[in-house]
Amino acid sequence: MTAATRVTAATRVTALLRSRYAVGLGFLAAAVLLFAVAPLLLSGFRLGQLGRYLCLAMVAVGIGLAWGRGGMLTLGQGVFFGIGAYLMAMHLSLADAGPGGTPAFMTLISSDGVPWWWEPFRSGTVTVLAILVLPALLATVLGLATFRRRVRGAYFAILSQALAAAFAILLVGNPATTGGSTGLNNFVGFFGFALRDPVNRQMLYFIAAGVLLLMLVVARQLMVSRYGELLVACRDSEERVRFLGYDPATVKTVAFAVAALMAGVGGALFVPIVGIISPNDVGVVPSIALLIGVAIGGRTTLAGPVLGAIVVAWAATTLSEQFPSGWTYAQGLMFMLVVAFLPGGIASLVTLRRRRSATPAVGRTA
Amino acid sequence: MDTLVTQIFNGLSVGSILLLAALGLALTFGQMGVINMAHGEFIMAGAYTAFVVQQALGAAGLSLLVSLPLAFAVGGLLGVVLEATLLRRMYHRPLDTLLVTWGVSLVLQQLARDVFGTAGVDVPSPAWLSGPVEILGFTFSRSRMFILLLAVAAVTTVVLALRYTSLGRRIRATVQNRQLAESSGISTRRTDMLTFFIGSGLAGVAGVALTLMGSISPNLGTSYIVDAFLVVIVGGLGQLRGAIIAAFALGVAQSWLEYSTTASIAKVLVLAAVVAFLQFRPQGIFRLRTRSLV
Repeated sequence: MTAATRVTAATRVTALLRSRYAVGLGFLAAAVLLFAVAPLLLSGFRLGQLGRYLCLAMVAVGIGLAWGRGGMLTLGQGVFFGIGAYLMAMHLSLADAGPGGTPAFMTLISSDGVPWWWEPFRSGTVTVLAILVLPALLATVLGLATFRRRVRGAYFAILSQALAAAFAILLVGNPATTGGSTGLNNFVGFFGFALRDPVNRQMLYFIAAGVLLLMLVVARQLMVSRYGELLVACRDSEERVRFLGYDPATVKTVAFAVAALMAGVGGALFVPIVGIISPNDVGVVPSIALLIGVAIGGRTTLAGPVLGAIVVAWAATTLSEQFPSGWTYAQGLMFMLVVAFLPGGIASLVTLRRRRSATPAVGRTA
Repeated sequence: MDTLVTQIFNGLSVGSILLLAALGLALTFGQMGVINMAHGEFIMAGAYTAFVVQQALGAAGLSLLVSLPLAFAVGGLLGVVLEATLLRRMYHRPLDTLLVTWGVSLVLQQLARDVFGTAGVDVPSPAWLSGPVEILGFTFSRSRMFILLLAVAAVTTVVLALRYTSLGRRIRATVQNRQLAESSGISTRRTDMLTFFIGSGLAGVAGVALTLMGSISPNLGTSYIVDAFLVVIVGGLGQLRGAIIAAFALGVAQSWLEYSTTASIAKVLVLAAVVAFLQFRPQGIFRLRTRSLV
């Protein structure tokens, strides 16, 4: 086979992969897998674990958008994940305590009762609204504050990491209101449904699967839209975008806010599925750990981050049960090898032909 | 008055630790643009070098003096290996160096856990560094004083070396214009390697200093790395004097806020102050003037 025919064959495969039908088929296959195959094959416990991976995959969709497409290496997604999770956990604790009641862990530590900033989250509606609004709002404020001043690249990455560090320290430092390093746990009900009931647990899994698919649809629409092109352009040459009359700060802030929203929703669903949220899930280390799945799967693709996040989360649970220290070595080696030698992730092996959008912003991120 | 002096001294002391941790970064990140997340683990390696030397020699005073140059060599060698194997091929994508070196730091931490155990170990400080010292009627901790002097000595050495030695000239030339330096006969590869050796070696020295402050554990580095990077960012890339000012400013702010609020609130306030500061000076206190758009 000559080089020319190889190229046309590759182009044809790529075109097929990119076509509307292929994407539709992919979604269909994912839906069948998540809604029919997985519940039939997996036990209730394993299904709950899969639900947990799906929540982490939601964060990964956002990271893929902000980092892969927008070039913003955000090391602080744990903060948005944590805000969503803690809001949900606060509501569940308050709901368990009954109207006007005080969550059990608070009465153990101090006798001050429920602090004022907990009170609004007695209402389920307020909580859901806050989960949808607060992480995105914080991301918008931070994004505008940094991107407008053209703080980017490494500066942005390190600021977002410092944010994650500060968030975890703040949580640990206030045990009376946030549960400290133990976090919040022992939830009984979820909006009136008993969490102990296996049927309700399965329902939670279905919610997570549905939300993840919805996020993928949203991310796909954003990626193929004019906005998506603009975002990639900002990643590859911010100056050129500015010269063309666009404002890169706004473009990047939108992607950052969408990523934060996805992380927040992922966190909110994580809490009832896993049953605990603690600073160990939101600090510097878990925030970076979220990136490895995205990097392995292929940061610029739609499905890569999701599949990567699910596989890495699964490997983490399975391997760390048997070889706790082995898993840390494996994780470290994955970071070193994948990022250094395969920056496009597994997806770059699959796509055959290197497209513009599939090429990470090599050499232009400085 | 008493508390004021104590607070300022505490601030300077915290600042000097930050400076020691950030000085190496100011070289590798500031001069070369490599984001070395494993820098914290080089600090940890330096601290464990002091521990091993102490175990071997016994005498606290002698082992401190021996471990300072030895930790410099250990940190430097780790840095050179990292540079030669992984980072060399990645100079054109600085953001990815962050993730690669994060992987390195995970491996080094786990290695330390497997070798030395998860629990912290103590390196007893020599007799001439324990207890307080009285100056002008105020009492200061001797070990903190020693760290302050060590930081000043390290900074002075690096500044003088950068300015007056031929190696320093080569480093500055490579940073300012790589191609031109290369065509003037400077081996930029060797310069990169030496810069990395010195920067990582300074992390090892910082690790020895930290053994005077308390017990050391495998995750010693993680508690300093974020702050050290903030110092370099606030100071401005490629500028050592910026890092010096930033380290002491952050140190004083941190300890003063910790005194008037709580440790966790102080952390958050310092971060907020850094973000606010970058609104006014996005490139730090001092910036390198270049003609590039970025």
